[in-house]
Amino acid sequence: MRLAPGPEEEAFRTQLRAWLAESIPSLPDPPPADDWPARRRYDTAWQRLLFDAGYAGISWPADYGGRGASPSEELIFLEEIERAGAPYVGCNFVGTLHAGPTLIAAGTPEQQARHLPPILSGDHVWCQGFSEPESGSDLASLRTRAVREGDYYLITGQKIWTSHAHVADFCELLVRTDPEAPKHKGISWLIMPMNLPGIEVRPLRTLLGVSEFNEMFLDEVRVPVSNLVGAENGGWATAMVTFSFERGTAFVGELLKSQLMVRELSDLAKQLGQWDNEDVRRQLAELAADFDGLWALTRRNVTRAERGLDGSVGGSIFKLEYHDARVRMGDLAMELLGQAGLALGPSGPGTTDHVSEGLYALSLSIAAGTEQIQRNIIGERGLGLPKER
Amino acid sequence: MDFELNVEQQDLRDGFRRLLSDRCDHTTLRAAMSLPGAVDRALWAQLAETGVFSLRLPHDAGGLGAGMAEMVVVAEELGRAVVPGPVVASSLLAPYVEGVADGTVVVTATYPGAGDQLVEHLDGVDLVAFVSPGAIRVVPPSELVAKAASAPLDPLTPVHLVQTAIDDGASLVPPEEAARLWLEGTLLSAATQIGLAAAALDLATGYAKQRTQFGRPIGSFQAVKHLLANALAATEVARAGVHAAAVRSDENAPDPELGRAVGAARILASRAARRSTRACIQVHGGMGYTWEIDAHLLLKRAMVLDTHFDSPAGARDRLLASLSDA
Repeated sequence: MRLAPGPEEEAFRTQLRAWLAESIPSLPDPPPADDWPARRRYDTAWQRLLFDAGYAGISWPADYGGRGASPSEELIFLEEIERAGAPYVGCNFVGTLHAGPTLIAAGTPEQQARHLPPILSGDHVWCQGFSEPESGSDLASLRTRAVREGDYYLITGQKIWTSHAHVADFCELLVRTDPEAPKHKGISWLIMPMNLPGIEVRPLRTLLGVSEFNEMFLDEVRVPVSNLVGAENGGWATAMVTFSFERGTAFVGELLKSQLMVRELSDLAKQLGQWDNEDVRRQLAELAADFDGLWALTRRNVTRAERGLDGSVGGSIFKLEYHDARVRMGDLAMELLGQAGLALGPSGPGTTDHVSEGLYALSLSIAAGTEQIQRNIIGERGLGLPKER
Repeated sequence: MDFELNVEQQDLRDGFRRLLSDRCDHTTLRAAMSLPGAVDRALWAQLAETGVFSLRLPHDAGGLGAGMAEMVVVAEELGRAVVPGPVVASSLLAPYVEGVADGTVVVTATYPGAGDQLVEHLDGVDLVAFVSPGAIRVVPPSELVAKAASAPLDPLTPVHLVQTAIDDGASLVPPEEAARLWLEGTLLSAATQIGLAAAALDLATGYAKQRTQFGRPIGSFQAVKHLLANALAATEVARAGVHAAAVRSDENAPDPELGRAVGAARILASRAARRSTRACIQVHGGMGYTWEIDAHLLLKRAMVLDTHFDSPAGARDRLLASLSDA
């Protein structure tokens, strides 16, 4: 076992640091949270900077225009961009981390040539049309219908939680192409251009008050059959391919920020004369230990990915424990701030809005597989316990 | 970076797991419970032969030249098998006390602090080490005025109340080395707790697969499954924390960083052991609350280990100190 970086990892970090030090000051101020066209411009400009410097598609194979970095290098990349205060992946999330890798694994050469370069360069933004109002944890029960008509699919249905849909150029869409088949065997994975007639996007406000994601209504949208990725009715397998991209690095930036937030809350406790409060001390120490443990678990998960081992249980465990610690950190912030927390905005010596962060933490046990589903995964794959039915 | 056991470390783990599951099973533990006070010298000799007490000695001194990474792997296996006796203290002090490495001398440790001084395994050992973060003083049991507790918390950890204060006299090691050993002892105690947590998970999971109620294995019910998933989650995070501290120690991390890593490992392992051993009792239902099922032995040993070296409270102070530095 080794935590110290090897010479190549060290060189990669040094080079990246130098580039970040040069590039970050040239960035404009981040746009307001609710100005989506401005956010798209900002996020894709950052993607373009990464592209020009050879850091776009950090984990994509070099044959497809990516950096071909190992999981360890990707970990370093994510650490360094967080430390440098670089923008979050933002609007480029689905394209660079989900749709792009899926096209690499399952797309035709034509689909790859058409879509991969503009994802890398920040010219195309993608969104995800998987979940539906009646299909959350039971995703395979999805009902959005695609009826074949000559060289087109005619698509009708409703999607939900489609982040960035109102500024996206393309959507990775799961549709039902065979309603008679068993639920996992009648699904197809399509590339849907977002400028087609029949697509209506309505923003949904989160409990934080911002429009982070959308509902998407599809009314006889005509998508060419050439946009099918993988086999017709083989969409579930295509969607599952994306799980194999899990390299244990999904929360690296957030985790570093959480460690910083523990320090900020310690400073706040000192400022408020609460540093000697035994209960506050216990909570702070437990949180510091939690995030340090998750730091170690992240490294373990990355090493397992590097060794080609299944990372699903490690990823589920991370999510479970991370959510729990983040919620407790929000509680502690509110306890320290008292009524001052009601105004929201930066709390204490740092610029972090700890109360809003505590509310944000509530999404961590829902998005990308609820906590209940994660526990099923841990129990069944990690411990070999039988399924419920 | 390569943060998972290498092939040699996996072999070490598997070898000790095989040996200990043969040598230290339910029947052995029950036999040890019927002989309170004794340390099983045959088991001890066998542990010594496999190198438990000489892992860290250099090759030319008959050891394996192992680092903390190997030590925590072995400590976890000793915890998993609930091996009775002062194994952590003996393996930690083996390089300093003649006869400990080869198993002929058994040394236990106690930690002077506020309140009554308790010594574990007093009747079965050759030496008692009074260990603090600044000094280690070793005396034979004959120098101590002591009274046995009639019903100790852990039936496999007999304790004596000691009236003799050992707070002066020469230290076995200089203060800096005592400080390092204190951290290492804390980390090995945490590693042993990971083993207890893993054993509890194995026991509970096996039972949940085989026990049926309402016509199904109880492990298929989400209420039971999720209880065990929570325990596994805590254990995996804690194991990663323990391994990280061990690796940082082997990589000679400077003290504030190392102290923080050990403190975190301590807190996480203590919590994982509590969560898993209690889940094990719960999953067994009424049987889990009986003397017959080993679940209580796992919980009680985890409680014993919480009192060794840095307590979780001491570990919290160590972490808070690191937050103050910045």
